[in-house]
Amino acid sequence: MPDALLLAQKLDAFYGDFQALFGVNISVDAGEVLAIIGANGAGKSTLLRSLAGLIKNDSNQVVFKGQSIGDKRADTIARLGIALVPEGRQLFPSLSVEENLKLGAKVGRRGYWTLTSVYELFPILNERRNTAPTALSGGQQQMVAIARALMSNPEVILFDEISLGLAPVIINDIYNAFPTIIEQGVTAVIVEQDISRALSVASRVYCLQKGSVKLEGLTREKTRDAITAAYFGVAV
Amino acid sequence: MEWLGVVVQGVLLGGLYALFATGLSLMFGVMRLVNIAHGDLIVLGAYIALSTVAILDVHPVIAMVLVVPIMGFVGYALQRTLLNRTLGADILPPLLVTFGLSVILQNALLEIYSADPQKLSAGPMETASVSFGSLSVGVFPLLTFVSAIVLIGLLQWVFYHTSLGREFRAVSDNQEIAQLMGINKAHVFGVAMALAFAVTAIAGILFGVRTSFDPSIGGGRLLLAFEAVIIGGLGNLWGTLAGGIILGVAQTVGGQINPGWQQLAGHIAFLFVLAIKPTGLFPRVAH
Repeated sequence: MPDALLLAQKLDAFYGDFQALFGVNISVDAGEVLAIIGANGAGKSTLLRSLAGLIKNDSNQVVFKGQSIGDKRADTIARLGIALVPEGRQLFPSLSVEENLKLGAKVGRRGYWTLTSVYELFPILNERRNTAPTALSGGQQQMVAIARALMSNPEVILFDEISLGLAPVIINDIYNAFPTIIEQGVTAVIVEQDISRALSVASRVYCLQKGSVKLEGLTREKTRDAITAAYFGVAV
Repeated sequence: MEWLGVVVQGVLLGGLYALFATGLSLMFGVMRLVNIAHGDLIVLGAYIALSTVAILDVHPVIAMVLVVPIMGFVGYALQRTLLNRTLGADILPPLLVTFGLSVILQNALLEIYSADPQKLSAGPMETASVSFGSLSVGVFPLLTFVSAIVLIGLLQWVFYHTSLGREFRAVSDNQEIAQLMGINKAHVFGVAMALAFAVTAIAGILFGVRTSFDPSIGGGRLLLAFEAVIIGGLGNLWGTLAGGIILGVAQTVGGQINPGWQQLAGHIAFLFVLAIKPTGLFPRVAH
């Protein structure tokens, strides 16, 4: 697939001394919403961290717009246009909500997303812009984390477990923002343990199991049973 | 009235101690680096000023214009080439490396300048005083104190009102996530170290005008800087100023009671604060 936007090629990634990924091939096309699902410890987060440059790999194991970026630093990759919404939100506690957002714009990429447009997307953040992020609810913190990533006007945005630890009604609020985000032409990769949530927005899916790709394809062509089998590694 | 004078002297002396401590506080605050060589860097600043004064034949205060950027540059280069490599989950490597740096600096200064005590001469400014009623205050100590307030105010403004300050706080909070924001942490650490060295240079020059110095006295300055930082509470620059003042006042009051008690009184004040409030008087709160 030569014209894929972002590629992982035979990616072997390590989490400390532990090998978390074994020759993973993933391709992300421009403009699509891709879901990566899998059980705990399947290597989903390691994959996203590799794509974002938080884990260093061989140069050609990650390719973005034809450029090998596997060995580039995370700040360089952020400037190229890949943003990660990290698992557990990871806001800066010493910075106010608005300062967190402003820092997101630090990469200096211009585009649709500005303070005004992210406040339009999540109006509650405007009300709370001078608050410390530690004073926000979990859902609001997740909104800040997403908005902070959007502020860099990325071409690809990687979402790591954005529904983790949130109440279903809050998760709905957050997923309701998805159409607006995608409309701006951004490509999204969603990692979730909640399969149905991920499949409801994604057009294609990869299922990881123990560090390898077990299933890939269009979401509408995959039966629930096939996905479940790939997810758990057993036939149901 | 005599005691009021003693306390005022102590407060002004505290300004100098706060300047000693500010660089240390900055390094710890941004990159969690405990710099054992800090006292020797203060002395290094004084010696670079000594050479500048000798070569260019200028007043020590004018020499600052040159010494501060030189030290800032050295700080940046040191951070990028050496200290960044020592930073990580383990806090031991930076301690060991800066300890080694301290030994190297002392010996290098000894080799170049010999062990003879030196002093920066600021001329009539050193002995000039101004009177407030019956209270007479030295111009130079007053100037030192004002510099401490201005510098700390300036750093505080940088930290909380500029984009550089946001980056400092972000890398201090979470280095990995800060990188995701496009921050080159090696560079930001270098800039923080440059700032810390610049402040340390000012401290060194003011110190060198106030008293004589030789290559071996860095350790004592490091101790004072540590005590000021810890009394004030880690990561709080205004707290550091308060810590410096408490040390200064304890020393002058102790010295007034018995000249031999001057150093001891400062350390006792430090231990006292540590005993009643181990986190310091003003530990950093989410601002």
